[in-house]
Amino acid sequence: MTSFGLTDEHQMIAQTVRRFVEHEIYPHEAEVERTGVVPPELAAEIKRKTIEMGFYACNFPESVGGAGLNHLEFAIVERELGRGSMALNHFFGRPQNILMACKGDQIERYLLPAVRGERMDALAMTEPGAGSDVRGMKCSAQRDGGDWVANGTKHFISGAEHADFVIVFMATGEDQTPKGPKKRITTFLVDRGTPGFTIREGYKSVSHRGYKNMILDFDDCRLSDAQVLGEVDGGFEVMNEWLYATRITVATMCVGRARRVFDYALDYAATREQFGQPIGKFQGVSFQLADMITEIDAADLLTLAAADRLDKGLPANREIASAKLYASEMLARVTDAAIQIHGGMGLMDDYPLERFWRDARVERIWDGTSEIQRHIISRDLLRALGA
Amino acid sequence: MKVLVPVKRVIDYNVKVRVKADGSGVDLANVKMSMNPFDEIAVEEAIRLKEAGKADEVIAVSIGVKQSQETLRTALAMGADRAILVVATDDVHNDIEPLTVAKILKGIVDEEQPGLVLCGKQAIDNDMNATGQMLSALLGWSQATFASKLEIDGDSAKVTREVDGGLQTIDVKMPAIVTVDLRLNEPRYASLPNIMKAKKKPLDEKTPADYGVDPAPRLTIVSTAEPEARKAGIIVGSVDELVEKLKEAGVV
Ligand SMILES: Cc1cc2nc3c(=O)[nH]c(=O)nc-3n(C[C@H](O)[C@H](O)[C@H](O)COP(=O)(O)OP(=O)(O)OC[C@H]3O[C@@H](n4cnc5c(N)ncnc54)[C@H](O)[C@@H]3O)c2cc1C
Ligand SMILES: Cc1cc2nc3c(=O)[nH]c(=O)nc-3n(C[C@H](O)[C@H](O)[C@H](O)COP(=O)(O)OP(=O)(O)OC[C@H]3O[C@@H](n4cnc5c(N)ncnc54)[C@H](O)[C@@H]3O)c2cc1C
Repeated sequence: MTSFGLTDEHQMIAQTVRRFVEHEIYPHEAEVERTGVVPPELAAEIKRKTIEMGFYACNFPESVGGAGLNHLEFAIVERELGRGSMALNHFFGRPQNILMACKGDQIERYLLPAVRGERMDALAMTEPGAGSDVRGMKCSAQRDGGDWVANGTKHFISGAEHADFVIVFMATGEDQTPKGPKKRITTFLVDRGTPGFTIREGYKSVSHRGYKNMILDFDDCRLSDAQVLGEVDGGFEVMNEWLYATRITVATMCVGRARRVFDYALDYAATREQFGQPIGKFQGVSFQLADMITEIDAADLLTLAAADRLDKGLPANREIASAKLYASEMLARVTDAAIQIHGGMGLMDDYPLERFWRDARVERIWDGTSEIQRHIISRDLLRALGA
Repeated sequence: MKVLVPVKRVIDYNVKVRVKADGSGVDLANVKMSMNPFDEIAVEEAIRLKEAGKADEVIAVSIGVKQSQETLRTALAMGADRAILVVATDDVHNDIEPLTVAKILKGIVDEEQPGLVLCGKQAIDNDMNATGQMLSALLGWSQATFASKLEIDGDSAKVTREVDGGLQTIDVKMPAIVTVDLRLNEPRYASLPNIMKAKKKPLDEKTPADYGVDPAPRLTIVSTAEPEARKAGIIVGSVDELVEKLKEAGVV
């Protein structure tokens, strides 16, 4: 484990979360993988234990009942969680920090219950016709008297299966700019059960079985001003203020999972014998291990350094994009190499390696594809030179 | 009442143990170390006593290398109030013997005057199962070993012990030494608020000399060997064949 610059508290946070994942999550993974569902009693138990440990919503400030972890500390929590199943870790609740934008009655209705683990959230941006191009969204809310009437469809929405309310981005108008029309976006808090709003089963995914993606339909769904998060037409501001930090989550979880995968590969290389000796004695295998651990450590440091920049109030958009890009691509290489080292057994479901390999695939897609991360990184560099 | 809980830093129970090439012991260089699992149960019990209002302070003690500080921080993060570290060696391969540990603990008991000492029944590294018993002899206190249940009532404690034939319940006079077994409780995870507080809780550093104890070993390790590898099994086709094979092996 990389310990550069980490304090005793950081190490203890890591050990505690890792131990929790090993004892409370690992034993149930095979079953969730087989059935594709998390039994409700198990979900409730994971949540209860997380609350007891004071880790639930630990990314929220103490003033609203969270543990007040900074970005670096939270990245360490997420890194260790990344070792375990996303379907199960969902109940080691980490509500969207965008909820800190709640005002007035919203604090009692959404923010505080989310932090206490009483209500769960999901975040909906993506649509069938608008993925990377968020501004291209068609879901819209039109003014009707003092209210809003929402129509459209969101898809690929994680966590919506268990959500009591959803944070939804909607187009609420259009501005004419020299570069053409530009949509205005507003963020809404929508309760499950609101008339005209339905959550239905999404697609079957190759990655993270049991961590379902759902489809949300809005059909003349009436919403009031009290459900606007942030300002009307201020959706992009809310997004920019809160959402880019969540990409650190993807990066750091990839690092945690890669370390788990690496341990399998290392152990197998040390114990599997062919040609009369452990396969780790063949350079063809040992050099793969050397490359794997080097990349894992590099991704770990890149990610923690990006989180640390946020804590120091330094610009971190580019660094976060680099961490997300590198860590997710690293995980793809590490899981692939781990299977290679296991030979034919690596593909069989006797080992979890084939699962890690499948799970790794989505990391290069969600929360901004690798291409979008490269776009962010290169724009950040070139824009400064006027290009 | 103060409760004293000795905790030992041992090789993590998940680590595959390897014997050192020279046979002098188990290789501990660069391996993951953790709190002895039985000691964790003792810490948990002490914290529960405090939560139940039966104890007002939980003191964790560790005797060994300086790195045992981490083990103490874990106890503090679980909820112990303060810690005492007795640095008795700077060599991770030097296991401090039970009698030395018991003598140092006696010195700490004399100073701290706890009403109860909760120990693990044994440490999973050398399985000595001796420290608690030796401490009780040195102090002249009552002892209850292998506890799977502990109820404190004024100046006596009712302890259920796991013995070979089943369960035995005894009453012991306080102050007492209780060594804990696996089924006493399920230790909690460190809580996040306690992790953040652990650094601020007092941790005193001492040496064996502070208690007038010489930590030099008295025992000599002659050799250490890996357990014999398990022989491969066979698959039998029928019950008859199974009985046949068992007869051949002379077990039925
Ligand atoms: C399992 C899963 C769960 C998800 N959970 C959520 C969720 O909870 N909430 C939510 O809002 N969304 C969620 N998403 C959506 C996710 O963020 C999108 O899938 C992602 O942003 C990519 O959008 P897309 O799939 O529509 O691909 P597209 O945007 O259609 O991209 C297709 C390809 O084109 C490339 N491309 C697009 N634009 C450019 C460009 N300008 N330059 C270069 N290449 C480009 C992309 O990199 C990609 O390779 C989830 C997705 C998945 C798969
Ligand atoms: C789906 C499937 C179907 C199959 N069907 C058949 C079949 O019909 N009939 C049949 O006989 N077999 C079959 N096989 C077996 C297949 O040929 C073996 O899996 C393959 O030869 C590798 O052997 P292994 O899996 O035991 O891996 P190992 O030989 O244990 O190899 C493990 C790792 O060590 C590496 N390695 C081993 N030796 C060296 C060395 N000297 N130098 C460098 N690296 C080394 C390997 O490249 C690999 O990365 C099948 C396998 C699969 C997965």
